Amino acid sequence: MNAHARDWSAFVTPSEEDGVCRLDLAVEGITCAACMVQIEKGLGAQPGVKRARLNLTSHRLALEWRDTETDAGTVIDVLESLGYRAHPFDPGRVDEVEKAESQKLLRALAVAAFSSMNIMLLSVSVWAGNASDITPETRDLFHWISALLALPAAAYSGQTFYRSAYHAVRTGRLNMDVPITIGVTLALALSIVETINHADHAYYESAMMLLFFLLIGRWLDHNMRRRTRSFAENLAALRAEAATQILADGSLREVPVSAVAAGDRVLVRPGERVSVDGRVEEGTSEIDQSLVTGETAMAAITAGDEVFAGTLNGPGQLVVRVVAAGSGTLLDDVNRLLDNALEAKSRYMHLADRAASLYAPLVHGAAAAAFLGWWLAGIGWQPALVIAISVLIITCPCALGLAIPAVQVVASGTLFRHGLLLNNGDGIERLAGADTVVFDKTGTLTSPDQALTNAAECAPGTLASAARLALSSRHPIAAVIAAHAGKVEPFAGAEEVPGQGVRVLIDGTELRLGSPAFCGAETEAAALAARHPLASLVAWRAGDRPPTVFAVEQTVRPDAAAVVEALKARGFAIEILSGDRPSAVGEVAGRLGIETWKAGQRPADKIAHIDGLRRAGRRVLMIGDGLNDAPSLAAADVSISPVTAVHVSQAAADFVFLGERLAPVVAAIDLSRRAHRVMRENLWIAAGYNAVAVPLAIAGYVTPLIAAGAMSGSSIIVTLNAWRTRLGRVGLPGRIDEAD
Amino acid sequence: MNILLLTIPVALALGLIFLVLFMWALKTGQFEDLDGAAHRVLLNDDVEDEDNETKPDFLKE
Repeated sequence: MNAHARDWSAFVTPSEEDGVCRLDLAVEGITCAACMVQIEKGLGAQPGVKRARLNLTSHRLALEWRDTETDAGTVIDVLESLGYRAHPFDPGRVDEVEKAESQKLLRALAVAAFSSMNIMLLSVSVWAGNASDITPETRDLFHWISALLALPAAAYSGQTFYRSAYHAVRTGRLNMDVPITIGVTLALALSIVETINHADHAYYESAMMLLFFLLIGRWLDHNMRRRTRSFAENLAALRAEAATQILADGSLREVPVSAVAAGDRVLVRPGERVSVDGRVEEGTSEIDQSLVTGETAMAAITAGDEVFAGTLNGPGQLVVRVVAAGSGTLLDDVNRLLDNALEAKSRYMHLADRAASLYAPLVHGAAAAAFLGWWLAGIGWQPALVIAISVLIITCPCALGLAIPAVQVVASGTLFRHGLLLNNGDGIERLAGADTVVFDKTGTLTSPDQALTNAAECAPGTLASAARLALSSRHPIAAVIAAHAGKVEPFAGAEEVPGQGVRVLIDGTELRLGSPAFCGAETEAAALAARHPLASLVAWRAGDRPPTVFAVEQTVRPDAAAVVEALKARGFAIEILSGDRPSAVGEVAGRLGIETWKAGQRPADKIAHIDGLRRAGRRVLMIGDGLNDAPSLAAADVSISPVTAVHVSQAAADFVFLGERLAPVVAAIDLSRRAHRVMRENLWIAAGYNAVAVPLAIAGYVTPLIAAGAMSGSSIIVTLNAWRTRLGRVGLPGRIDEAD
Repeated sequence: MNILLLTIPVALALGLIFLVLFMWALKTGQFEDLDGAAHRVLLNDDVEDEDNETKPDFLKE
């Protein structure tokens, strides 16, 4: 049965070079430079390994080896023996596009920096010369050199903005890039006209500085998102989603899930997590569907039934025929609802775009008014046009363009330290406005795994022996007991009786662990069932001594009550929407003091309820993890899911939190509210700056020197203000654990 | 003022050299792993491991 090796071939890139293979691995457990040394030296000493280089920033290992001398499995085993768990990426998932985009931004930034610094050097000379004795010829020379530097640089480094502005205008929207593009283009055009006319002033440095500052903001923003995404990818790879494929000749092969196609047959062993969607062909078992439906009771399953990825198999072995994603009834449902919900969400308008749609008409109106006013006052249309354009330049939305990305970058860094990954940058804005929290129960309010809840009532020796015997069972509930075993060998000769339990004969005493009937412990079990109505019961008997019964059930996350209380203190209305039985949901709701709850909810019911809340004017934060939650996560105004959630749900959520505790949720809310406040402050600062600058420009007093000073001044103030997001505590008092 | 015809091209050329250097560094992946590079300078790749005694604490095995 164990005669199968993991098949890594789907992950390995064979090179054109003679027999050299490449593989990228996400490595777990790296804490410092010493780990890097150990891994690189340990692998480098292996025969056949050509190159092993660990990236200490992203915790990824690039491996190259010669095909003829070693293979991926050996190398990964060596890594494991060094104490590091490693899992390969799907080559398809390593996003070269993201990296290329980041490099493009950096190159644009470098060009803008080079050109703006050199132009600034020339401009300062012109400003100084204008105040003293520069000759018109020298000034023209300086202006022409500036033009030579500015035009190609602006064409190259501003592409991101022009493209986005073009798309926005073509679809009839206004975003921040529209006024940026107009500003840069007009500033350069006016400067060239002024240079041709031998004028005193040109605005090349304004245009280039604008691009330079904005590119810094863009790059920081992009980098932040890339970092969280690469972290999330590492997590996904480390979860090692693999399936045991049954080949045509009946042999078994362990392959990455992505290599399994519809129609393949997959073996699911007792106690294993099902990694594909499909239909059972052989075998009967019980299955824990809590990650899919929220239902915590095991469901009986037999040939012809459907199983879903993420469910946990019980005592029996199953052969599953894989069906194409989306053809299962539940998945169909989920996917359709998810699409609708995501479409509805894309209509949300970002704070920055809202500001832009207010700002652009106002500024362009002011410029038009300045032109008309001066023209009617009789200074001629040409000088009037110069004044109008200077209004547009001075209001170049430098501060406005930085106001929100700067805060997002700072906030996402702080969120990361509190154990939260930000999926959508605008999630912060939407979370700040939420006033109702809807929790899923299973895996969200409760811990994702079951736990032994009456350990304190059992004699310590009993639990230790029971746990040791449990090691021989593959039943998921036995696995919970086995977690208490510590470092011991399983009993030799233990025998599993399918559907009942395990037994072993030690020194003439028979030890049994299994169902209460199997151990003759019905009376004790009935007594315990009265106190733990929702628990699965496991009995233990050693020879003729009185049996012990263990209760295994879903436990509420350790800080769930504190989080609920903190949310109430912040004025949130709290509800539970669960797919589980009413008794189970009511019990948790009662314990946490949540009055509003609904049980037995299907995905469509959850969405309908959330839509109802939203129609009543509430802004809903949905927190959930199951496949059945994915559509409602997308339908809610904003959503959070734990890192243990199924893939679809994580992708639909705006935030993902790490770890066993629920506290990051409160930190996310506090931080988002603060970040949102700082964003609004920044917008007001930018508006205030314009309120001073625009009248000056309309009056015709703006020289390039004033424009440059005002622009850098406002950008720096806005950026500094963004750093205030970091200050002060967030979340539950005295309970911040920083995920380093 | 003729000296400007010399100094400005020189200044621009210097700037361009650094721009090109940066582009080269970016292209060859010099910015891929900033944390690792900081520690790599401390490693004695070419020396055998007898000198464990002289290593800083965090590199001892």
